[in-house]
Amino acid sequence: MTEVLRLEGLTKSYGATPVLKGVDLTVRRGETVCVIGASGSGKSTLLRCVNFLGYPTAGRIYLEGKLVGREVTDRAGVATMRYRESELCAVRAHVGMVFQQFNLFPHMTVEENVMIAPIKIRGLSRQEARKRAALHLDRVGIPEKAGAFPGQLSGGQQQRVAIARALAMEPAIMLFDEATSALDPELVGEVLLAMRKLAQEGTTMLIVTHELGFAYNVAQRVIYLHEGTIHEEGTPEQVLVNPTKPRTQDFLRGVTTFRMPEPRLGPVDQASTSKGA
Amino acid sequence: MPYVWDFNFLLQLGPLLLAGLANTAKLWAVALAFGLAIGLVMGIFRSAPSAILRGIGTVYVEAIRNTPGLVQLIWFFYAIPILTGLQSSAWLASAVSLSLYTGAYSAEIYRAGIASVEAGQWEAARALGFGYRDQMRYVVLPQALMRMIPAFGNRAIELAKATTLASTIAFGELLYTAKTIAEDQLRPLETYTAITLIFTAVLLPVSYLCVRLERRVARNNGGAPRD
Repeated sequence: MTEVLRLEGLTKSYGATPVLKGVDLTVRRGETVCVIGASGSGKSTLLRCVNFLGYPTAGRIYLEGKLVGREVTDRAGVATMRYRESELCAVRAHVGMVFQQFNLFPHMTVEENVMIAPIKIRGLSRQEARKRAALHLDRVGIPEKAGAFPGQLSGGQQQRVAIARALAMEPAIMLFDEATSALDPELVGEVLLAMRKLAQEGTTMLIVTHELGFAYNVAQRVIYLHEGTIHEEGTPEQVLVNPTKPRTQDFLRGVTTFRMPEPRLGPVDQASTSKGA
Repeated sequence: MPYVWDFNFLLQLGPLLLAGLANTAKLWAVALAFGLAIGLVMGIFRSAPSAILRGIGTVYVEAIRNTPGLVQLIWFFYAIPILTGLQSSAWLASAVSLSLYTGAYSAEIYRAGIASVEAGQWEAARALGFGYRDQMRYVVLPQALMRMIPAFGNRAIELAKATTLASTIAFGELLYTAKTIAEDQLRPLETYTAITLIFTAVLLPVSYLCVRLERRVARNNGGAPRD
């Protein structure tokens, strides 16, 4: 499989506080990778560095095999990366991002939210963009909401529109930053189902999530991030069920303290994602 | 002896008052249009990432805000001919100084409006690949403008009243016309009463419109109606 994203020694500090301490990570085409970890472990910072919403302090980021930025060596012989804003805009246009808070544009309809970047950045005609918007709204299961304003939708629907908006740029990789953390609990499922569908369709995804069940069932690889480093990495079975590191075990013990039997419910099908709240 | 009110003479002088009102309206419209345009540029400067642009915006806003409008007006009246070689004109001085005056206050409205748009909106636009200018143009400004509408209404009303400053340099707007009439007819009380009523009659509907717009904006909660 070809690699879509490669991080080498990714480091990020806020002032004197290091958040990421040298992360090496590769995501291959069609792969779904879930990143888990405690608050403050650097999960979100990691994602934000990948599309340069935050600038790495050190380290290299390769997107589709190409190094982003240019390496310069100063007089002391220390190599640092230099980034041009125009290059970063192009990188961001090839990296889809889904935020915890959806961040849809409230002054535009759902359709316009999905159309604007393809029109203004990719140069699509309104007609082509509308067709593309319809395609991606259909993929996330809300084709009928094209003319609605974000304020008229439930949180789950808004988040699925946000996913469609990112997909419409046909990015090389999709990043999800705790995409379901701001949702009412009963709306989490529809967004996760939409995300699983994308995974099954072969979308390359790097997902920061607290939904361990989702990570277990959907991810090919799970990464446990601890204090800014990759602490444990492997298949969902290895990391979530048979973790070897004490820290990972502590984390999993904390988030799975209470259990209940599986509730007996009717079957869930893809169509249920289209109903929303 | 009680004062006997007499408004009759004003009826004959109606055309004169109307001409004054027309000049007031002209000054108001021109200063508002230029003021909002200057304010947009300076408001964007004030919000810009570049320290130089922010500096330019700040110097402009603070210079205008911290000097009396009347002083600015008189200053421009004497400065324009010297700085530009143009003949001194009450109209030009009034239009320029009131435009700059309105520009400074509306720059602050734009700045506050832009600042009121959530960081997540900038980020979402940025994440899609938009540069700073396009983030501002397609995402931030349209939302900010909706929220600014009530403040602009207030500014428009303030400006309408501020046009009377131009009477001090003998621009023939409403107050100056009234002064001439009052001195001529020796009936200042009736004349200024009439001016008060005219201002109220014109501005009351504008105020009402502002309140309605404000409610509509509140209802839309920052979201604009389609196209």
